[in-house]
Amino acid sequence: MSMLSSLTQWVDDRLPLTSTWKAHLSEYYAPKNFNFWYYFGSLALLVLVIQLVTGIFLTMNYKPDARYAFASVEYIMRDVNYGWLIRYMHSTGASMFFVTVYLHMLRGLMYGSYRKPRELVWLIGMAIYLCLMGEAFMGYLLPWGQMSYWGAQVIISLFDAISPPLALWIRGDYVVSDATLNRFFAFHVIALPLVLVGLVLVHIIALHEVGSNNPDGIEIKKNKDPKTHIPLDGIPFHPYYTVKDLVGVTVFLALFSAVVFFAPEMGGYFLEANNFIPADPLKTPPHISPVWYFTPFYAILRAVPNKVFGVLAMGASVVIFFLLPWLDNGPVKSIRYRGSLYKAFFGLFIVAFLILGYMGTQDPNLWYVNPVSRVCAIVYFAFFLGMPLYTKLDKTKQEPERVTE
Amino acid sequence: MSDSTSDHGRRRFLIGATSALGAAGVVAVAVPFVSSMLPSARAKAAGAPVEVDISRLESGMKLTSEWRGQPVWVVSRTPAMLEQLAKNADRLRDPGSDESEQPDYCKNPNRSTAEHPEVLVVVGICTHLGCSPQDRMKVGNSEGMPDDWPGGFFCPCHGSKFDMAARVFKGVPAPTNMKIPPHQYLAGGKLLVGADKSKGA
Repeated sequence: MSMLSSLTQWVDDRLPLTSTWKAHLSEYYAPKNFNFWYYFGSLALLVLVIQLVTGIFLTMNYKPDARYAFASVEYIMRDVNYGWLIRYMHSTGASMFFVTVYLHMLRGLMYGSYRKPRELVWLIGMAIYLCLMGEAFMGYLLPWGQMSYWGAQVIISLFDAISPPLALWIRGDYVVSDATLNRFFAFHVIALPLVLVGLVLVHIIALHEVGSNNPDGIEIKKNKDPKTHIPLDGIPFHPYYTVKDLVGVTVFLALFSAVVFFAPEMGGYFLEANNFIPADPLKTPPHISPVWYFTPFYAILRAVPNKVFGVLAMGASVVIFFLLPWLDNGPVKSIRYRGSLYKAFFGLFIVAFLILGYMGTQDPNLWYVNPVSRVCAIVYFAFFLGMPLYTKLDKTKQEPERVTE
Repeated sequence: MSDSTSDHGRRRFLIGATSALGAAGVVAVAVPFVSSMLPSARAKAAGAPVEVDISRLESGMKLTSEWRGQPVWVVSRTPAMLEQLAKNADRLRDPGSDESEQPDYCKNPNRSTAEHPEVLVVVGICTHLGCSPQDRMKVGNSEGMPDDWPGGFFCPCHGSKFDMAARVFKGVPAPTNMKIPPHQYLAGGKLLVGADKSKGA
């Protein structure tokens, strides 16, 4: 026996190394018909790693103190070797996290990946998404700029609409202050990342238990080789999909670098101009809006001319995703075999989501912002609330027995 | 362990009792952690009243001061502004300030003390989601306001509108009028924000 294999044997006797490798990579059989949309899970994982590494290095120079926070970020940008690069990677990573996660979720919607038996994969994924929203929101306070401050003020006031003592508890002060900054730092750098990494592990374990869905939305486990019990339409994740995902990683990193080096502020969508002004508790900037990944929900909040109902509608617009596995009554999973009724609702939902995202960045005083947001909010909720009915009425096509190319 | 030697009732009781005690322990230990996130003694003590010199505040002007980390506006309203206030009533959500927060001596259409009816002292924070509204004190359609705008304040975040007594208009997201802090006038053109005659500093 060679040195290496005897060392592997020594480890395997003490830790399930080879069996874990097999179960999750070399003998995890994924459907052979994965397409473009299947890049975004592994890309989201890559962004998580980028955020963890750049975050650790930012922490080495950042000061979570209302007096020094803003200046310490400028210090990182100007005086720390490559500080600008590490910070821009982190700020671009935040937006890219949402880009990949939104596309990953869209894939789930299109191919019915949330449906039985993958309900828990979906629920855990939604928990990851909520955690990510909290992580992004708290991280945005840390530079202690005007948008940091007033963004936090508005979002914490959402809790105030539900329970004032809860808002006081979150802030740790009567206004957003040093106490708030310090605790958000604690949540952003340790508490939520721990939860996030844990949830990602559980997400993958749950996925590998039930097996991956595919663009046809049919179960490859139904057709197994009688001898080996390997799904006939399955191929080992490693090396087939590890190599495929590496291609995705290469293209993604090229785009990522292009943003980091040429457009780190992305015209105010990734980093807002007002956040280059230190926080001033006495003066709200003339136009404030959240970073792009929150704007669809923010537009729904603004569309409702009532404080409590606005907050509830905004909360509902996120929480309703959790219910998807139980709202969908369709006899098929994938959009490929759905009828025109579903496709119409789905198409309108995507359009409404994008328009809401745009409206959330616009001045609420413009005459069209609130009426358009209201129409889109209705379409948004109709997609979910009408789903039990229209998926039942929809004329679906026959699913194939085996996956198609 | 064989069934003949184990007493199931007793085992269930012990498991139940141990779990209950464990849960009580978890709750007890959560109390200090949850409580540590509430405002500290120092944060609570920081809310002392502030003195503002308003002797040089001219009619129609506004000054901003800070009290408890929040902006406090002092506006000296012109007779025309005060006259307009009475005409706003049916466009307002809470014209009598019944749902709104203010000391009793400011629960009147001007939302000011009887001593200085022209002076508005208000916490400059929108009652919707906590932004600080902007001045739109001019009557009419300047700075993006409609033609029939009677003068007041506009919140840039979600479009809430308030009149010159910081009372909220109908059809905007803010639920109540802006908050009037306790205040009193001192000798020498000074204003004390955060305390009044009814209760000491």
